[in-house]
Amino acid sequence: MNHSRRAAIKTTGALATLVSLGVITQSQAQAAVDRAAFDLKTLDDALKAVGGKPATSDQVTVVSPDIAENGAVVPVGATSKLPNTTEIFLIVEKNPMPLSCGFTIPAGTVAEVQTRLKMGQSTNVIAVVKADGKLYSATKETKVTLGGCGG
Amino acid sequence: MADPMRIRAALSGEETTVRVLMSHPMEPGTRKDASGNTIPAHFIRDVEATHNGKTVLKAQFSGSVSQNPFLSFKFKGGAKGDKIVVKWSDNKGDSRTDEAAIA
Repeated sequence: MNHSRRAAIKTTGALATLVSLGVITQSQAQAAVDRAAFDLKTLDDALKAVGGKPATSDQVTVVSPDIAENGAVVPVGATSKLPNTTEIFLIVEKNPMPLSCGFTIPAGTVAEVQTRLKMGQSTNVIAVVKADGKLYSATKETKVTLGGCGG
Repeated sequence: MADPMRIRAALSGEETTVRVLMSHPMEPGTRKDASGNTIPAHFIRDVEATHNGKTVLKAQFSGSVSQNPFLSFKFKGGAKGDKIVVKWSDNKGDSRTDEAAIA
C-alpha cells in the first residue's frame, strides 16, 4: 500500500517537473487534475496539485451546512460567477485526503455543482475555481457532530 | 454490475438541471472492519455526462464522496426529449452507463 503511494507521489513530482520545464502545458497535463492529487494528505499539497495558491473571491460561493449531523452525508455545492470558469474543485481541509472531487465545466455548462461529501470532523470546506486560467477560492466552515470516515 | 443510476433532467427556461444518483459503496480505503483489517478502497473515479454526444460535465471523485453519490449540475442548450447519458467508472474497473430524456 505504501509502495503505491510512493509511486503516486513520484508521478506527481515528475509531472510537476515536466510542467515547470514547459515540456507539457498545464492544460495537457491535467484532465482536470492528475489522479494522484486525490491521494495527497495535506491541504498545501492538494492546493499545489490543483495549481497553486488561489485568491479569495466573492464571486465564488461554497454551499455547505453550518452544522452537519451526519458527517457521512454532507451536501456540498459550489457556484462561480466568474466568466470562463473551467474547473471546480471541492476540498475538505481536515479529511485524511483533502481533495475530494474535481469538476470540468465545458462551455455551455453553468458553473454550479452540488454533491454530497464525507467529513471526518469539523472542518473548512474550500471550493477552488479555475477561471481564465487563474485560481479563486471560497471557504466555509462546517461543524460535524458525527464523523463519517470511520476509524 | 452495479444497480442503475437514477437520472432526472428537467428543462426550466434556458437551463437544464440534471440530477444523478449513483448506486455505489464509495469505500475510501481508510476504514477498518471489526477485526481491524483495512477495508479495500472501492469508489467511483470518473463520471462523464453527455448531451447529444457532447460532454456537459466531467467529474473526478475520490473516496471522500458519500456513499451512493449525488450529483447535480446545470447546462444550457438542452431541449425537451434530448438524451442525457451518464457514465461512471470506478477504481476496480467496473463501469455503468445510464440515460434519461430531458423532461
